[in-house]
Amino acid sequence: MTEKLKGSKILIESLKKENVDHIFGYPGGTVLEIYDELYDAEIKHYLVRHEQAAAHAADGYARSSGKVGVCLATSGPGATNLVTGIATAYMDSTPMVAITGNVSTWLIGKDSFQEADITGITMPITKHNFLVKDVNDLAVTVKKAFHIARSGRPGPVLIDIPKDVTANKAPFIYPDEVDIPSYRPTIKGSIKQIKSAIDLIHKAERPVILAGGGIVAANASEELRQFVELSQLPVASTLMALGAYPYNGPLSLKMPGMHGTAFANHAIHEADLLISIGMRFDDRITGKLSTFAPKAKIIHIDIDPAEIGKCMPTLVPIVGDARVVLKDMIHYLIENPLEPKKAWLAEIDALKAKFPLQYKRSDEFINPQFAVETIAKMTAGQAIMCTDVGTHQMWSAQYLDHQNPRQFISSGGLGTMGFGFPAAMGVQVANPDKLVIDITGDGSIQMNIQELSTVANYNLPVKVIILNNRYLGMVRQWQELFYNNRYSSVDLEGKQPDFVKVAQAYDVMGLRASTPAELPGVLEKAFAHNGPVFVDVVVNREENVFPMVPAGGVLNKMIGEKGGLEL
Amino acid sequence: MRHIISVIVDNKPGELVRIAGLFSRRGFNIDSLAVGETENSAFSRITLVVTGDDQVIEQISKQLYKLIDTYKVVDLTPLNHIDREMLLVKVSVTPTTRSEVIEIANVFRAKIIDVGDKSLVTEITGDSDKIEGFISLLRRFGIMEMVRTGTVGIARG
Ligand SMILES: Cc1ncc(C[n+]2csc(CCOP(=O)(O)OP(=O)(O)O)c2C)c(N)n1
Ligand SMILES: [Mg+2]
Repeated sequence: MTEKLKGSKILIESLKKENVDHIFGYPGGTVLEIYDELYDAEIKHYLVRHEQAAAHAADGYARSSGKVGVCLATSGPGATNLVTGIATAYMDSTPMVAITGNVSTWLIGKDSFQEADITGITMPITKHNFLVKDVNDLAVTVKKAFHIARSGRPGPVLIDIPKDVTANKAPFIYPDEVDIPSYRPTIKGSIKQIKSAIDLIHKAERPVILAGGGIVAANASEELRQFVELSQLPVASTLMALGAYPYNGPLSLKMPGMHGTAFANHAIHEADLLISIGMRFDDRITGKLSTFAPKAKIIHIDIDPAEIGKCMPTLVPIVGDARVVLKDMIHYLIENPLEPKKAWLAEIDALKAKFPLQYKRSDEFINPQFAVETIAKMTAGQAIMCTDVGTHQMWSAQYLDHQNPRQFISSGGLGTMGFGFPAAMGVQVANPDKLVIDITGDGSIQMNIQELSTVANYNLPVKVIILNNRYLGMVRQWQELFYNNRYSSVDLEGKQPDFVKVAQAYDVMGLRASTPAELPGVLEKAFAHNGPVFVDVVVNREENVFPMVPAGGVLNKMIGEKGGLEL
Repeated sequence: MRHIISVIVDNKPGELVRIAGLFSRRGFNIDSLAVGETENSAFSRITLVVTGDDQVIEQISKQLYKLIDTYKVVDLTPLNHIDREMLLVKVSVTPTTRSEVIEIANVFRAKIIDVGDKSLVTEITGDSDKIEGFISLLRRFGIMEMVRTGTVGIARG
């Protein structure tokens, strides 16, 4: 007979079977059994200082490595503190398993101390979730959770485990395979559809590839590059796909959408065919749907059938894994080579020449775009960049040199301020030898600034670069452009802490740069330091992010399509 | 257009919540809903009546199918199918109107299942049109209370 193990031990053994090496979490009453097991487990547990950070760290870990990220929290407030992090992972399709304790089964439903219906709460923001009521179901539930999180369109899965289930005993039998008959994602695309797609590409005169996060999730960056090489078609990469195709390559249109490049937006508006791969026509890309790419037919490749036709009518839907489908497309393209679309590429080159990404230079102030460009130059595509949310995020997207996938980690779908710093911790844990940088804002950093304690504790050498404009800059920009300069609750001049001193209080190196001349030296010092650093970069306060397609607008009608220099 | 969508899910607590939640958060409306075990007690069938254009119905079907515990989603509307709902209705009657109500019930093949001093309870099954027709004929007598199930449906053959 198999020896019986406690639920907590079964959980840890199951995680080991899933090759989990690191967990981010925070203890409490209902996870005491689990923490007792973690006390001498091989799995390394990182104690964060707020559960939200555990979820973001697991998310950053997953995005940068492709492995499933794992976070752990106690019941009630611990579990609800994970919610923003789970929703962030859900919107960006990150493989994550969130484990929460809950009150013992006999206390469920009685408004017991620290009880929260976390499976109910997270139903709309998880790919799936489980409440394990019997220790005999625990191992197979963990197996299913990891399978669901990482297969198909990845996403977060939550496992809620009542305290008695972690204490009760059962034989530990971990299944090698799991088959969920009601869940079998389609991997291979229909050859018939793929052939029609190739046919359409042949006939098109002005095709554009729209590359999305699905390409990164499917590890299809190599295949995308081959496909582009063969087809010589221009590629626009969404925020989630930055780096999937070399950002500065000759066929790159960089990023499309609200703060995308003017040349990407004009090209999409003029396109007669969109080849959309693993992207979901988010409103930040499309503006008003009815006027998006008005001349284009659409080929839509996605592993999630529900994405196809959700926003845009699709002529050729292809359901499948981006990598597998691209391989087949490459095959048929080799069989049936494409004439280069010379006239179209010439038009695009003209657009690129006419509308470069640009900003006002200054010797006096550090322009935030200049700061990002400086970081890009100094890191030469080798660092992993995380961001928070705001103007600094958009400039990071625009001006960093995205050479490889999984090197730009940013909250796209949910737009979660407070994501960057804890995500960077997770990235650093997954990539101990890489330079990990978080480009953040003075607003965003304060949404998880307590993690200074965590990075100090574990000497996680993340470099946090605060583009400090003393504003909730992105909101200020909207108030300037659309609300008559009425700066309501966004001006933080004189109200922000001294970030250098804050860092130092946690025993973390704090540096400041206030002029363009001193910036490279300060950054060099930060990057050379073998430990975490906060760099307070005092930037020009009222810079705006351009181009800008106003919300619900049309892609070819941008404010500041020449970088705002024309305004 | 009105569609009858039949969904086979695991017969587990919480499945109905997942489906109801999906409808509310995606802004789809449910006109009616019926849940019950299938021939195999491991599964339950949820029959939904929804209204929407083709694009909406396609999204509803795909989103339902995307739920991990969903096995099958069938739109019965374009298929050759039978659908039924059931109505219990308490009608107020007087000695003079009583026979008239019974006569209408007979025409509709409804059953009289309770007779009181001042009321009758009748039971009818049929498709929505028949039920609607029955209700509208009873209105003038005074409907005191009525209970109506969601539609259930099955493909022919
Ligand atoms: C949690 C959260 N709350 C509010 C917002 C709305 N929001 C978007 S950008 C922004 C300002 C961000 O300020 P900061 O971090 O200083 O970046 P900046 O735009 O100044 O570069 C706000 C408040 C958000 N995205 N996330
Ligand atoms: Mg700011």
